[in-house]
Amino acid sequence: MGIIRRGCFGGGLYFRAALLIATDVKAQATHLISTQPLSRTTIEQLIDNARSYRQHFSKTHQYRTELSGRIIVNAFFENSTRTRLSFETAAKRLGADVLTFSSSGSSVAKGESLFDTLQTIDAMVPDIIVIRHNASGASEFATTCVGCSIINAGDGKHEHPSQALLDAMTLLDVFPSLEGKTVGIVGDILHSRVARSNIHCLTALGASVVIAAPQTLMPQIPDSWKVGVADSVQDVIEQSDAIMTLRLQNERMESGLLPSLGEYSARYGLRSRLFENLRHIPVLHPGPVNYGVEIDYALANSPQSLLRHQVANGVFIRMAMMTHCIQHDNTTNTYA
Amino acid sequence: MNICFDNIRIVSPLQSIDIRGYLWIEDGIIRHAGAEAPETTRATTHIQADDLTAAPGFFDMHVHLREPGQSYKETIESGTAAAANGGFTGVVCMPNTEPAVDSIQVVEFIHKRAAGLLTDVHVCATITKGRRGSDLAAIETLLNAGAVMFSDDGGCVESAEMMRRAFDYVSTFDALLTQHCEEHSMTKNFAMHEGTVSAELGLKGYPSVAEDIIVARDILLAEYCGNRRYHAAHLSSAGTIRLLRDAKVRGQRVTGEVAPHHFVLTHDAVRGYNTNAKMNPPLRTQADVDAMIQALADNVIDVIATDHAPHALHEKNVEFDAAPNGIVGLETAVGLTLTHLYHTKVLSIQSLVEKMSVNPRHILGLPQPMIENGSSANITILNLDKEWTVNTDRFLTKSKNSPFGATELKGVPVYAINNGKMIACTL
Repeated sequence: MGIIRRGCFGGGLYFRAALLIATDVKAQATHLISTQPLSRTTIEQLIDNARSYRQHFSKTHQYRTELSGRIIVNAFFENSTRTRLSFETAAKRLGADVLTFSSSGSSVAKGESLFDTLQTIDAMVPDIIVIRHNASGASEFATTCVGCSIINAGDGKHEHPSQALLDAMTLLDVFPSLEGKTVGIVGDILHSRVARSNIHCLTALGASVVIAAPQTLMPQIPDSWKVGVADSVQDVIEQSDAIMTLRLQNERMESGLLPSLGEYSARYGLRSRLFENLRHIPVLHPGPVNYGVEIDYALANSPQSLLRHQVANGVFIRMAMMTHCIQHDNTTNTYA
Repeated sequence: MNICFDNIRIVSPLQSIDIRGYLWIEDGIIRHAGAEAPETTRATTHIQADDLTAAPGFFDMHVHLREPGQSYKETIESGTAAAANGGFTGVVCMPNTEPAVDSIQVVEFIHKRAAGLLTDVHVCATITKGRRGSDLAAIETLLNAGAVMFSDDGGCVESAEMMRRAFDYVSTFDALLTQHCEEHSMTKNFAMHEGTVSAELGLKGYPSVAEDIIVARDILLAEYCGNRRYHAAHLSSAGTIRLLRDAKVRGQRVTGEVAPHHFVLTHDAVRGYNTNAKMNPPLRTQADVDAMIQALADNVIDVIATDHAPHALHEKNVEFDAAPNGIVGLETAVGLTLTHLYHTKVLSIQSLVEKMSVNPRHILGLPQPMIENGSSANITILNLDKEWTVNTDRFLTKSKNSPFGATELKGVPVYAINNGKMIACTL
């Protein structure tokens, strides 16, 4: 038995006694919580690795990787289909063993705290925990609860780094570089973790970002966001080389932030006819789509739509993210 | 107790005293306070006090002692021990307990628990029954039972109509109403100040205008109901300062208080999702902090009060949205105030003593401790220049939820003396 891993909580340090001994106390697991601190080099490496996985993809053979025999826990405290399946597929293609946990029917439903739930999972010594939670900052908090790597699969309204990285990978399949390109992001910026992760990731890759949203769905823009602001979807289209639109949650109407879907859609919806002479502009959407609200059916299913391409790239980028965490992990935990 | 502080500085603004001399206390009574050396007895312990300053006992008019109902966070015993350790000889405890302080029984329970302690405990009772905002509490009965002011603290009296009735009702006996100023319809599920940091962190914001609206409303109501007494609690927004300043200029009987964290920290302290920087009202911008400091210098803000709000470790060691609001403040208030207001020359030592001792008692109509021969000793003794590092393990409060752990401060409370008792502070 020994004391391991120091976590910082508030002003003071607390120590966690557990079943593990870290032989090197300074060893720190590598996490992927946010795109904000990622350098251009790191982002480009992740995308290069993802491309390499895609290039060597074959349905009949598994990749021989450092992930073979590793244990990855998908801890999903918030509902998700595509992100959970994508992480699961990514882990399985890498030969890792995947455990998936969703909060309904778990001890969370019995009122267990996030701290206790994560410590319980951590005591089983997984290599990576992929976490999705409806509270902003939950993933960063998770890094103080466990010793393994944490990958953020979406935390509240904060960040969704795997989505931003797969979006960047998808755009780089169209453009050789994003340097000097402008990407428009339209929709509920205030509540969007996808927007936050994309703003940091795209600007790190040299792109300019233009955002548009009704003022009720627009936050006070921090200096750290190097973005321009447009008033309508037409404005964005005029300035952009590629456009991303965000899912609009129905509860925005209930809380009085918008009068109606129709009025939102009239100013901020992407419609096929807006692109009549602009069929070269790629259109992205993180899914799931509300047809006729943020994007119409014809455009979402047109050749300029990259929606399916995004989903396909998602698996490869998540493979690259998991590999990144394992390759940079120098902890050497053993049971005492 | 038979102690003489030799060569101590004595500061008492009400007595217009700022001298260096001798302070001899025997059995809780000031035997001698003056420039010349007294003829002490053989039993007298002399303390060489060249670096110490004595002031009338500090008073914190906004603390949460959590009893009855939440004694795992704090008790009257632990909270008053923390108060004394932080240099406070008197506090007012807030009524958001379980049950709320809306009956004689709860007032008497608190008085009974606090009897015989070094720190005097005064009670703030509720304005409405159960703090529910729908029916007036028995304010006159509670006043007669010893409550010194009235508030639904922890929340705001939401309805303008209810607040108007409360102002009207207390006019007969001129009771003091104090408000937690928050327009709840604008702050639902908030996690922090609404601004650029909440945008980055993706947290739900509480806009400062939601505080201003209630301060404006209450100032108008207090005026309309015949210049009623009104105290705005724990101010955080620059907008409220303008409103309070205007009301004072017009001759309204309104006062305001600020907590140290609101003149020391900004919303940047929340970065990293530090739940010990989560409180209500939230930490705001540098412009708000600057407005608080200016308002302290201009006497627009009358009182420094801590809003001491203990929470257990397991309650704060959670994802940010799930954490309760509030931080402990009793044991850092003096150090923060000396560091950020006195040593920066915003406040003289006299003004600082007014805001932490004289003014709160004056607003509440409580007797003022005097540092003069024959008075009972109610004194806070400070070392104005001692440099120290905050260590939350040394706190006597049951909870350690402070954002100031490991912060370096200049100036510290050294002794608290009251009710025939004296403790040496151990910060």
